[in-house]
Amino acid sequence: MPDNDPADIATNTTGSDLTGPQSMTIIAWSGDLDKLWPTLILSSTGAATGMNVTVFFTFWGLFPLVRDDVRITGYDAMTKALAGMNPPGMKKAKLSRMNMGGAGRWMMRKVAKKNNLLPPEDLLEICQDMGVNLWPCQMTMDLLGIKPEQMIGGLGTPVGAATALQSMSKSQINLFI
Amino acid sequence: MTDVRKTVDTKGMSCPMPVLMTAKGMKDLAVGEVMLVEATDAGSRSDIPAWATQTGNEIVESAGDGNVLKFYIRKK
Repeated sequence: MPDNDPADIATNTTGSDLTGPQSMTIIAWSGDLDKLWPTLILSSTGAATGMNVTVFFTFWGLFPLVRDDVRITGYDAMTKALAGMNPPGMKKAKLSRMNMGGAGRWMMRKVAKKNNLLPPEDLLEICQDMGVNLWPCQMTMDLLGIKPEQMIGGLGTPVGAATALQSMSKSQINLFI
Repeated sequence: MTDVRKTVDTKGMSCPMPVLMTAKGMKDLAVGEVMLVEATDAGSRSDIPAWATQTGNEIVESAGDGNVLKFYIRKK
């Protein structure tokens, strides 16, 4: 067996205290499909491992939390144009690379399904069932004109930077995705 | 081999489902009981032991049977 066998590394806790409840905070800044996926995979796995997990959705990260049946968000021409160029809703989330006008997204979802990887909307539901805190950024909601009634259910109360930082200061794992 | 209280079949599923189903299945066990987890996801080879270490449960035996990985996990 090679020295760097991942199965050995996974169980080797010498010199560190890996067991016991820990905390993870993820800043979900990007609304891209290929970033949402790792965010939700890590969140659900963290919760399954007994961690207290919080995801703070800010800037583009907020758009996937808008209900898929909401076509446009915003309060004036500019915020509506932004939402028009970046359609809200998890099912409309684009790939960060090679989206190719939606063809890349379609292929990625198809490949994921073939490999039994759950779509992000299903993973989000699992995260909610497992008690992952999903916090929308209040400032982004105000800035981009995303109303609470346009967002999916099961989210936490919208919060700001100080609350996000408070959560991060208590977490051993902090990620910006 | 110790009595297996229940079996969790994650064959064909990819990350993160094997770990999520292991965690869910473990909730039904009493302390000391053993659960069998079957997986075909190659990442499970390190993922299930990592999960067990992190949650303080014990892998009493693991085996690879063809493409199927088998983990016997005792609830602590």
